[in-house]
Amino acid sequence: MRKIVIIGNGISGVTAARHLRKMGDDKILLISDESDAFFSRTALMYVYMGHMKFEHTYPYEEEFWNQNKIERLRGRVDKIDPTNKTLILADKQNIDYDVLIIATGSMPNRYGWPGEHLQGVQGLYHKQDLEALEASTPKIDRAVIVGGGLIGVELAEMLVSRGKKVTFLVRETAFWNGVLPHEEASIIGDHIKKHGIDLRLSTELKEIISDDNGSVAGVVTHSGEQIPCQWVGLAAGVSPNIGFLTKSIIETDRGVLVDRHLKTNLPDIYAIGDCAQQRHPLEGRPSVEAVWYTGRIMGETVAQTIMGMPKEYNPGQWFNSAKFFDIEYQTYGRVHTQKQKNEQHLYWSANNKALRIAYDKSSQRVLGIHSLGIRLRHDCIDQWLNEGKAYEYVIKHLQEALFDPELYRSPVQHIKQTFNTQLAV
Amino acid sequence: MTSKTRNTYFFFGAMQAVLGLLVLTTSLFNKNSQNWLLFVALTLIVLGGIFYTHALYDRTLPGIKNNGVWHKGLSNRGWSAWLLGVVLTAFYVALYWYPETLGYNSQGNNSGLVGFFDSLSLLLNGKPASQWFVYGTLYTLAILVFGYKFLHKYRHNRYQVVRTISVMFFQLGFAFLIPEILSKLNPQYAYFDMDLKNMWPLDYDFFYDWHLNNQLDSGSLGMFMLLFGLLMVVLISPILTYFFGKRWYCSWVCGCGGLAETAGDPFRQLSSKKKWVWKLERWSVHLVLFFVTVMTLAVLYSYLEKNNNLLGITQDQFVYGSIGLIVLVMAVIYGFKRKALNKDALITLGTLGTIVLALIVMNHTADANQLFFVNSYKLREWYGFGIGAAFSGVIGVGFYPILGSRVWCRFGCPMAAVLGLQQRLFSKFRITTNGGQCISCGNCSVYCEMGIDVRAYAQRGEHIVRSSCVGCGICSAVCPRGVLKLENVATEIRMKNSGLIMNNPSDLLGELKKTL
Repeated sequence: MRKIVIIGNGISGVTAARHLRKMGDDKILLISDESDAFFSRTALMYVYMGHMKFEHTYPYEEEFWNQNKIERLRGRVDKIDPTNKTLILADKQNIDYDVLIIATGSMPNRYGWPGEHLQGVQGLYHKQDLEALEASTPKIDRAVIVGGGLIGVELAEMLVSRGKKVTFLVRETAFWNGVLPHEEASIIGDHIKKHGIDLRLSTELKEIISDDNGSVAGVVTHSGEQIPCQWVGLAAGVSPNIGFLTKSIIETDRGVLVDRHLKTNLPDIYAIGDCAQQRHPLEGRPSVEAVWYTGRIMGETVAQTIMGMPKEYNPGQWFNSAKFFDIEYQTYGRVHTQKQKNEQHLYWSANNKALRIAYDKSSQRVLGIHSLGIRLRHDCIDQWLNEGKAYEYVIKHLQEALFDPELYRSPVQHIKQTFNTQLAV
Repeated sequence: MTSKTRNTYFFFGAMQAVLGLLVLTTSLFNKNSQNWLLFVALTLIVLGGIFYTHALYDRTLPGIKNNGVWHKGLSNRGWSAWLLGVVLTAFYVALYWYPETLGYNSQGNNSGLVGFFDSLSLLLNGKPASQWFVYGTLYTLAILVFGYKFLHKYRHNRYQVVRTISVMFFQLGFAFLIPEILSKLNPQYAYFDMDLKNMWPLDYDFFYDWHLNNQLDSGSLGMFMLLFGLLMVVLISPILTYFFGKRWYCSWVCGCGGLAETAGDPFRQLSSKKKWVWKLERWSVHLVLFFVTVMTLAVLYSYLEKNNNLLGITQDQFVYGSIGLIVLVMAVIYGFKRKALNKDALITLGTLGTIVLALIVMNHTADANQLFFVNSYKLREWYGFGIGAAFSGVIGVGFYPILGSRVWCRFGCPMAAVLGLQQRLFSKFRITTNGGQCISCGNCSVYCEMGIDVRAYAQRGEHIVRSSCVGCGICSAVCPRGVLKLENVATEIRMKNSGLIMNNPSDLLGELKKTL
């Protein structure tokens, strides 16, 4: 019976623990500095908005952990000693392991902005971030959010729900423009403004200014404009949370470097989830993927390898989803903002809904599909992408891929007409 | 609407509704005798509800409106919730056991609140009001006013809109207006239930002797209601449940469901999702099912004793006929669905078996007045008091602000148990989980009024086929990632899960490793 220690009890670490237990009787220990039990990070915003209580974010009841003999320890790992197979915790406690999984997730990015460590400047990732925001809330009249991505828009929605004024600084010319093509990005941008957010596109943060007590008093943008505020949300992406490994012999780059089996350079040490970086990224995928789903898949994959059934990380077709205030977004396969060679798009939109199909001009194969305000059937589109269906097939069968609730009016007829017109040109 | 006019609307609406309710309350003390005042009060309540709704939602964009639900005392068991619970409970206690405090007088003229409703009752059914008329009117009003609010809250979701119009329609037309008008047109008939959508065993007095007698004495109308009632139980309901799941009844038609989905909506999140509560639910709902079935059969058994001419059926024939029918149902289930039986279904099967045993005991121990060594009329008195009144009324609605809106439907309703077994085993209905898109956020579980831990299935990529699901569709509505869809699918693929999460399916209440 080995002792398998997992640092981090997020979706990756916990998925690994569950699958290890499912397949064997090794001792399993989850160490977390953040929380006693696994909670759903994605639900933090709903706790702040009053849709849920924090206890609702626990996907498993308390008895689950004892029942399945998954031990938990609250503590911070300061150092890994791979030669002695020991972890040294901040409270000087030593913990031995036979197999180690690093699943420490991410940290919000800070780019060295002047004032970024003032009281009232934070990101939103950890449970403690939510607590800090809750503590700051009574003092906030206006908040400034920096960074036009998913966390930024979540923060904006959260603060508005509590009656705060929000200024949202986005460096790009349109919201989340790195991922969303211009048309979709403008739909979301307009929608954000409709919710009363002061959205500033093409605007960068220059510095954060302090009041006499070391708290935020305002921000200055690149154009020199001063915006008084009592709170600043940093939402300019995340990076692997691997600060505690800087002096170790575990090889790191941006994240912990792993091979396709999620192994690090040292035997019996693995890394999964947001903190892992693929030495040889899969074709068309970034080396660090900080997404809920990939964390889950890595957790499952690493468990199989550790249980003696070596399995390569193979996440299949890319998929993701998000919600921007009232508009849901789903994406499958790859739709590039900057069209790749031979990539062609079909695009439809109406009333805050949009659908885009990317296909390869020469083979006619569909490369990806994404939608705003329309739910799509994962199984169906995954199969189409795997089978390399041509765009004609996909358009013809689009109705089958619709996942909107019953009785919704289907936009398919309208979409088909639009696409056919586009194809005729 | 600017925020100033919004606040004015808000205030105006709330004040109107309060004033209307105040008029109703003062009538308790016999202060209001003018007929027109009732119409003014009811109009104020309706207009108040309309203004209030528009103040709440007009300025907002279409979308989910759950901001602050757990921050507000009323929807998070604060003092206002307890106060409301006490007031509602007191009203139900008065209604069921002390109607005279509401002014009801069976001997002479009504006074107080009931008397206040005489004019409306005379207009609709030609008789002075009873406490039940007052209750029916207020109940319908609540479904209409809060239904209007719900329609605006979920205006972006067509499933919710159509479903809500349906419950409002069935309450106003089938439960309220049609029976009242039919009894006005047929004043010669003694009372019997004329709500076509009512169904045994929820409508537990359908087979009571007085009810059958009144139906049989009421010409073709009575006969129609009797036959339609039987048809509902044996044919209409199984067919509709096969195609749509039990939602066709529980969240589209049923009056209890109608109130829960409208007036109860602000409290849906209070239902407990703990596993032990699920276990409790299984036991309690089946106990009620057992009790109501045995009680009904016992009442019919005694009825045959006195009316042995009814269709020429003897007591023995009746008992063994019923046993035969139940055994046939069990055999069909076992024969076709052996492999699909989960614990919910097994317990329902066990309940049916126990009912058979009870019937045999009954037939062998019965003498002239005693069944199970007690009078069958005592049995039904207990049921009426314990289940019909205390459980479905006092706890079922009175405790909305504390236990959530579906306490009765979840722990008590025998109809829900019957439809639930069918939904689990013989139906096309399921909630489809969309591949691997679940992020375990838990909104679906929080807003499930039936206390189903929807997330537990969705995060494993499993479809949801649960006896207790009433198909309200709110889990699908609140899901931020488009993961859940209520669907009627071919029965062969109903239980086939997506492969996009690599987990194995599991019985959530099963043993150790299965829950992983």
